[in-house]
Amino acid sequence: MTRSPYPHWFYLPAAVVYGTLFLVPTFASFYFALTRWTLFDQEFIGVENFVTFFGEPALVQGLTNTLIYAVVTSGLKVVLGLPIAILLTSNIIARGFLRSAVFFPVLVSTIGVGLTFTILMHPSNGLINDALAALGVQGPAWLTDPSYALLSVALVDVWKGVGLATVIYIAGLVSIPREYLEAARVDGAGRWATFRHILLPLSMPATTTVIILSLIGGLRSFDLIWAMTRGGPGFTSDVIASVIYKQYQAGFYGLSTAGNVVLFVLVTAIVLPLSRWLGRKEVEL
Amino acid sequence: MNPTRRTVLAAALGTALAITACSPGDLGSSDSEGRTTITFLVDNSDASVRPAEGLAEAFMADHPDVVIEVEVRPQGGEGDNVVKTRLSTGDMADMFLYNSGSLLQALKPRETLLPLNDEPFVDRLDETFTPTVSSGDRIFGAPFGAAVGGGVLYNRAVYDRIGLAVPKTWTEFMANNAKIKAAGVAPVVQTYQDTWTSQLWVLADFHNVAAAEPDFADRYTANQTSYATSPAALQGFRHLQEIHDAGYLNADFAAQKYEDGLEELATGKGAHYPILTFVIGTLETNNPGEVDDVGLFAVPGADAAENGLTVWLPGGVYVPTTTEGAELAAVKEFLDFVASPAGCDVQTKAYAPTGPYVVDGCELPADLPRAIQDMLPYFDTDGARTPALEFVSPVKGPALEQITVEVGSGIRSAEDGAALYDRDVAKQAKQLGLPGW
Repeated sequence: MTRSPYPHWFYLPAAVVYGTLFLVPTFASFYFALTRWTLFDQEFIGVENFVTFFGEPALVQGLTNTLIYAVVTSGLKVVLGLPIAILLTSNIIARGFLRSAVFFPVLVSTIGVGLTFTILMHPSNGLINDALAALGVQGPAWLTDPSYALLSVALVDVWKGVGLATVIYIAGLVSIPREYLEAARVDGAGRWATFRHILLPLSMPATTTVIILSLIGGLRSFDLIWAMTRGGPGFTSDVIASVIYKQYQAGFYGLSTAGNVVLFVLVTAIVLPLSRWLGRKEVEL
Repeated sequence: MNPTRRTVLAAALGTALAITACSPGDLGSSDSEGRTTITFLVDNSDASVRPAEGLAEAFMADHPDVVIEVEVRPQGGEGDNVVKTRLSTGDMADMFLYNSGSLLQALKPRETLLPLNDEPFVDRLDETFTPTVSSGDRIFGAPFGAAVGGGVLYNRAVYDRIGLAVPKTWTEFMANNAKIKAAGVAPVVQTYQDTWTSQLWVLADFHNVAAAEPDFADRYTANQTSYATSPAALQGFRHLQEIHDAGYLNADFAAQKYEDGLEELATGKGAHYPILTFVIGTLETNNPGEVDDVGLFAVPGADAAENGLTVWLPGGVYVPTTTEGAELAAVKEFLDFVASPAGCDVQTKAYAPTGPYVVDGCELPADLPRAIQDMLPYFDTDGARTPALEFVSPVKGPALEQITVEVGSGIRSAEDGAALYDRDVAKQAKQLGLPGW
């Protein structure tokens, strides 16, 4: 057995902080998920919270919406991030400025973005529909029509998050050795062939990172949705996190804790195999 | 003690201190001049902060030995959680403002609050108010503010122009709506961006429910009836759907907030707006010229003879069990002032009254806004007013406002919405540990 290079006391402060702030709450939450908890007292009720949570009418819709939201946002970030990154690694003027401009929305507060777009997307006074009307197009009720609300929020999420995906892709693209591109050109490869057979496969590690990060972000997304629609109209843009939050707001503390345990298990169940699978693909290339 | 062990001890102590240091210092204490400082927690709405500060100032002017500090908290669910957390950790202000009725029961008042049965103000309370701040035979609160009416605000100028009379039944109301629509005015204003405003057709219909089924509240609490199974209670959800399906709503109902709705009503773009009368203060600020164009009538029901108003009772000021000694004495004296004619006058001066007070001897000024004046006949007639369901039953589901938005926007049918609300209510009843659920 190799002796640790540090004495035991060296670990203590970190262990105490980790224990009180992470370990204890985690295990406490597994316990409280099994109780009817009013903050004043708790009563052990077994798995009833999980039964109630899965019987929650908004939950099925919330689960579907969460998946749609995660897939749409992470898909669009890949589809838009890569071409923007290719554009921003080419020799265009003001490249540095353009790179900052695409990253800027990432730095702005999510709530601020949400409130701004809520005003822009107002069906009759909003700037977006005013602009569309000038073009002779009748814009939809972005956030108040049940069939558009979730996708409208997802689009704003993509606008806000695509900068991060672009930066990850830029890092991936500049690390591809120039020799490959030159060799391809010598062999007579056109632009499309270069993209398809050189850039796309060699930026796979960046794609993996973008997908994993934005999928996790999409699955636990809450702040933007809450700022823009509060899960509405009605329950039509509810996601798991907003369903859980509403239980907490209503004072169903045990139930909302059970919901968080479910969310934890769900994110793990989706992301862990996905990251293994994507990781294997990287090695094969 | 060797150096390593001493460091371990220091690290452990330091960490423990850092963790416990999060609790704030002792609130409410006597200062060097012998004055007693008491804290008063209220929600951050104008309707609460302005009267609270007015009352505190007036009280301090008469009691130089007492200092009252008004603290604010968020409104809605966020604020509920602040109150519950502070109560359960023994960290509550010396007194606090909170809803009466069903929300109070969720605070477990018998465990967390001091009973005030022996205070002199109790004898001055209106008998409809006392049960809403009580649990069993213990009374826990003094009324803060005035009663609020839940009904339909209507534009009197539009009514005059088209030649309509105030409807007493739902049939008359829908006939009026048809004429209003034909005249090019939106018959009913709804503002679903503020989701709470969507509940009024259901909640303010309770006078009509109670008129048809006088024992509804008790049976509802005991899980013997429900919104989906009682035909009278289901009417509220039906009305919501009926108005949407008839195309009587304002164009942007899904995207408007309640201030937009008041504006539409005041300027005659909309004719009816079901809402609570505490919005009249906002109306006075935003549309001072049109206040007297806006009147009020009760949500019409099936029978003109049973016409009456559903009333929201004022919130209460409560004292947590953690308040003691000199602070407790000062708090009790303050509550006696709040629930007195002098206290009512101070509140009237600080914020436009939303309706009659529930304290004997309190009087309203003569120059009330039209909509508030329209409330008074319902209070003067026997049997023409009923407290809203949340004041006579602890059972109230948290998701009603989302459900009524769905029914009112045509996303869900009335029957389906009522059934969904019944399931929502069951969660709350179980959380409260009520028998029969």
